[in-house]
Amino acid sequence: MKRAILAALGLATGLAVPASAEEEIKVGLLLPFSGVYAALGNDIEAGFTTALEQFGADAPATFEIVREDTEVKPPVALGKAKKLILQDKVDVMAGIVSSGVLGAVRDMVHGAGVPLIVANAGNDDATGTACSPYITRMSFSNGQVNRPMGQWMYDQGIRKVYTLAPDYAAGRQMIDGFVQTFTAAGGEIVGQDFTPFQKTQDFGPYMAQAKSSGAEAVFVFYAGGEAISFVKQYDSFGLKAELPLYGSGFLTSPLYVNAQGPAAEGVITALHYVPTIDSPANAKFVAAFQAKTGRIPSEFAVHGYDAGRALVEAVKAGATDRESLANALRQVRFDGPRGALSIDPATNNIVQPIYVYETVAGEGSLTQKVLAQLPAEADPVNGCEMAAPVSN
Amino acid sequence: MSHDLGFWTLQALNALQLSMLLFLLSIGLTVIFGLMHFVNLAHGSLYALGAYVAASLAAVGGYWAGFFLAPVAVAGVGIVLYSGLIRRMRKSGPMAQVLVTFGLIFALLDLTRIVWGDLALAIEVPALLDGRVALLGVEYPTYRLFVIALGAAIFAGLAFVLGRTQIGAMIRAGVDNDAMAACLGINVERLFFIVFCVGCALAGLAGAVAAPLLSVTPDMGLQILIPTLIVIVIGGLGSLRGAVAGSLIFGFVQTFGAVLAPQLASVLIYALLAAVLVIKPVGLFPAKG
Repeated sequence: MKRAILAALGLATGLAVPASAEEEIKVGLLLPFSGVYAALGNDIEAGFTTALEQFGADAPATFEIVREDTEVKPPVALGKAKKLILQDKVDVMAGIVSSGVLGAVRDMVHGAGVPLIVANAGNDDATGTACSPYITRMSFSNGQVNRPMGQWMYDQGIRKVYTLAPDYAAGRQMIDGFVQTFTAAGGEIVGQDFTPFQKTQDFGPYMAQAKSSGAEAVFVFYAGGEAISFVKQYDSFGLKAELPLYGSGFLTSPLYVNAQGPAAEGVITALHYVPTIDSPANAKFVAAFQAKTGRIPSEFAVHGYDAGRALVEAVKAGATDRESLANALRQVRFDGPRGALSIDPATNNIVQPIYVYETVAGEGSLTQKVLAQLPAEADPVNGCEMAAPVSN
Repeated sequence: MSHDLGFWTLQALNALQLSMLLFLLSIGLTVIFGLMHFVNLAHGSLYALGAYVAASLAAVGGYWAGFFLAPVAVAGVGIVLYSGLIRRMRKSGPMAQVLVTFGLIFALLDLTRIVWGDLALAIEVPALLDGRVALLGVEYPTYRLFVIALGAAIFAGLAFVLGRTQIGAMIRAGVDNDAMAACLGINVERLFFIVFCVGCALAGLAGAVAAPLLSVTPDMGLQILIPTLIVIVIGGLGSLRGAVAGSLIFGFVQTFGAVLAPQLASVLIYALLAAVLVIKPVGLFPAKG
């Protein structure tokens, strides 16, 4: 798929400054446009281009986007990353949905010294033991999203919790983040199950286990198709009333919450973005994204949007090539739809507030009611030894 | 953790429900194989197609429109596949058949993505089957009971047709020895065609029935294919009894494995599959004695 799209975004700046003085920044977008995460890839791309349209005019450069499809396959993605770096000679790369894909391209990106803005993949290790001065994460880390929930649920009077998640790295990191803080606060985990990832059709057996465990609440992480199946099956057993369902906010993402329907009502989860955050920056983003796609933006869309915004900010700070972009990207800070964002210099991971929200019935569809905004905290360094900061 | 009788009843019902869902899928696949010696790997894709058609129809005409029309629509697709592709492949040996139907999986996968998009769809459980009923001391979702009942009804229906009717006798004759059956004046080709369509319709029905329980995603067909193949290999290729036995074994091993040995849950069924292949390679209830 060699679709190179020339973004005619520099037009506005072209009027302001002489065309000859203009830098062209070549951006490689590495996203899944097919495979299980295609919907996420599309949302991230739409967010990314929305940001370049909104903010690109302020930057002293034009942006050319080269799209490549990872197909959510690490070997394919590595090949595409090589192509972007060696053949297209991109100045910067953005995207990456799956942590497996991120793991595959990490050494290539780090070795070649090409800045990469991660727009989804949440593996804690990517900004931990495997951190790199060239990799800046504008999305989230698995632990970060769930850590604040431990204390918050304890504060709500919940003492005994049963946890469920798919059996793979993200599932375990999400649950570990919650378990750490919940037990530190004084809560008790009365049982845990990790279900075979993408092989579990029926969650009934696990739900019956949770029910008989004596827990007061259930905390889960599921995403995509599994999230839909889980929430619907949980409701069909009538468990929501006696055993409230909490979780990582991906469980009831706006991307598919309407497929869950009334089953999702009353589920309380934590996430770094919900489309109902009440701020001018978010209102502007939601309006622009809806005008472009006709959909309410998801957390994935905002990853793309803020990745695009971060790139523009870096270019505005004077960055023009791989080296200077990498250096500028890890220093960006701005107020976005999610609130005040900055990059932790120790890990290159984003620092952002976390929102606790309840899924409630809105006009004709489900919507998100923000219950609490929990303060931004930098992740623990987690084994990251950041190489000396890239110099200008 | 102490579990009372109600807990085990609940888990037994869960196991039964999963078994029946798998039975609806595997019976089509196994009968097609038994009669036609044709491995249709695209069977899972037909199941996904059934779910998508049901989701679209449910949005317009309610759940029952999807339930009754999705099997018809999938059978229609089956007719196109049969006349366009499968009839030509009949004599070309299992390797070519596997490759063609394997390719078909990806073609149908992308087709569903183009038509219905990448976002997951869902169907609401119809009002009639919403809620729970008290049964054997536990509260169990009505829709799951409906799935169990439907599976049992389809099994009874097929057992009657195959065992007690003339067309059933013809099908059994065809499975045993198709050349001899043809000599006796049975139009084996037409029989194959009918069986193939019924198999496709059952896959579509399974999709429509599974949709309110699960989510409707493009890759649901791929996810269900392996369990279905395990069911028919354990049960024995080509036999109705084998499909039932295989489904029940799969459902119960999967469910009780998840409860009793959660760390082994994903391995148990494969271990069992390996054991069956070593001890009785033709499966537990093969069609031919």
